Amino acid sequence: MTGVATVPANQLKDAACVVGIGETAICRKPGSGLSEMALQLKAVAAALDDAGLKAREIDGIMPFPNLGRAEAFAASLGCENLRFAATLNLGGAAPVAALRMAAMAVASGCANCVLVPAGWNGFSGARTREISATDSESIPGATVARDYYLPFGLSAPPHWYALMAQRHMHEYGTREEQLGAVAVAMRKHAQLNPGALMCGKPMTMADYLASPMICAPYRLLDCCLETDGAAAYIVTSKERARDLRQKPVSIMGAASGQPYPADDIINRKEFHRTGLTTAAPEAFAMAGVTPADADFAQIYDCFTFEVIQQLEEAGFCRRGEGGAFVENGGIELGGRLPVNTHGGLLSQAHLLGVGHVTEAVRQLRGEAGACQVKDAEIGVVTGWGDFGDGSIAILRRGD
Amino acid sequence: MGIADCNLVRPLPLMEGLAKQFYDWCGQGELRFQRCARCGAFRHIPRELCAECGSFDWEWARSSGKGTVFTYTVVARALHPAFLNATPYAAVIVELEEGVRILSNVVDCPPEQMRIGMPVHVDFEKQSDSVTLPVFRSR
Repeated sequence: MTGVATVPANQLKDAACVVGIGETAICRKPGSGLSEMALQLKAVAAALDDAGLKAREIDGIMPFPNLGRAEAFAASLGCENLRFAATLNLGGAAPVAALRMAAMAVASGCANCVLVPAGWNGFSGARTREISATDSESIPGATVARDYYLPFGLSAPPHWYALMAQRHMHEYGTREEQLGAVAVAMRKHAQLNPGALMCGKPMTMADYLASPMICAPYRLLDCCLETDGAAAYIVTSKERARDLRQKPVSIMGAASGQPYPADDIINRKEFHRTGLTTAAPEAFAMAGVTPADADFAQIYDCFTFEVIQQLEEAGFCRRGEGGAFVENGGIELGGRLPVNTHGGLLSQAHLLGVGHVTEAVRQLRGEAGACQVKDAEIGVVTGWGDFGDGSIAILRRGD
Repeated sequence: MGIADCNLVRPLPLMEGLAKQFYDWCGQGELRFQRCARCGAFRHIPRELCAECGSFDWEWARSSGKGTVFTYTVVARALHPAFLNATPYAAVIVELEEGVRILSNVVDCPPEQMRIGMPVHVDFEKQSDSVTLPVFRSR
């Protein structure tokens, strides 16, 4: 592994900030009734309004993989000077990874205002759980999956990650009730968030244990929601942020990484190493803080075990200790580290990871309502995608 | 359209390049992995060169076919139409004696009896005129 490039990272620290966030309403049946582009544009309009920016000031756009081209966003919005366009092929890790690339773009002068949208008809459109080899062409391991996984019935994301969860349970004694503790915590938080799909639908550990198996150890309630909805955020420089509407949320540290090999889960020498394993120390070094300094963490919760795994790999606890970390309210509001204060992918909505960024920003502005972590100053947000790609950002409340 | 409305046959590997070579050996009843001709390291998934030493020289070396279950998932609800009638089934990572791991199925073990560490050995199932898949049996 190569060393951390501390000089450029230090130059990037606090150079850029998130100045606007937007989200659409979340729904399942009967569906959003909008195209995925229209849905995302609604979130973008909300983010622009939130920031107090005109659409034509956006000169950088970073779309989610396969969810629209930057040029199409620019044409719809009237961004006549699109100078910077990029898509990071990191699946659900892309929106958090985009925080660093957007910061790089504004810090280097490649762009002034970078828009990061994501959204989909995840319920009424193509269903995530029915992803096939054809759909997965954009993932790094597409050909490996097609030739070496799919013929044996390993066809979808919960299957891939269940292999990791099962091995972790074997090696470290992680228990199903600990996976359940993650699901229960997310559902508790959703009860405080009127915008969460599962608000008004509380769930107990008994409900969790009674839910049907999908692919052991994953039950139905270990799996994230499938929803229609979109979210977006806007990054600009510290200088530009001064005249905007909102108190900026500073990007203190950010990094992304991949497991090795990234395109094959099966033959990793270090089976539990993910992208976050290398990204997290890099991001914390850049920020000059440690995991203990975080007031909350928004952890990409595609499935329950991925929360446990990312808490370990990000350094909130040691590898193998994540199960104990999430038990007894450890990741609930009021616990040692509130995680996914909005309810997460498991109980708020599946907004492809952008929703974790927008919630982190709300928390650091003190606008999270009943979900608010008192006096939140530093927050961590992670992304997870493909076969374990990882991203992380450390965000700080503006002055 | 839900997956039950589809009528798909079991998805099979694209028989091209190194994948074709790997599965062609299976068609002859032999499980073979690439072994580096310079440093002797076995590897799977098939790749063009050895990530350990950088050598482009390799051979298809026969595996003992014996290994143990490294991890697995029991699929109770099919997420691909071709496997609707196969549930419950276990997708299993087998670690072979040579050190490489392969994803497969253990065909003679009820999924609820699947355990990490279980000893298995390779067998083969012909899927089409051109494709034979390696599967495993408990031993």
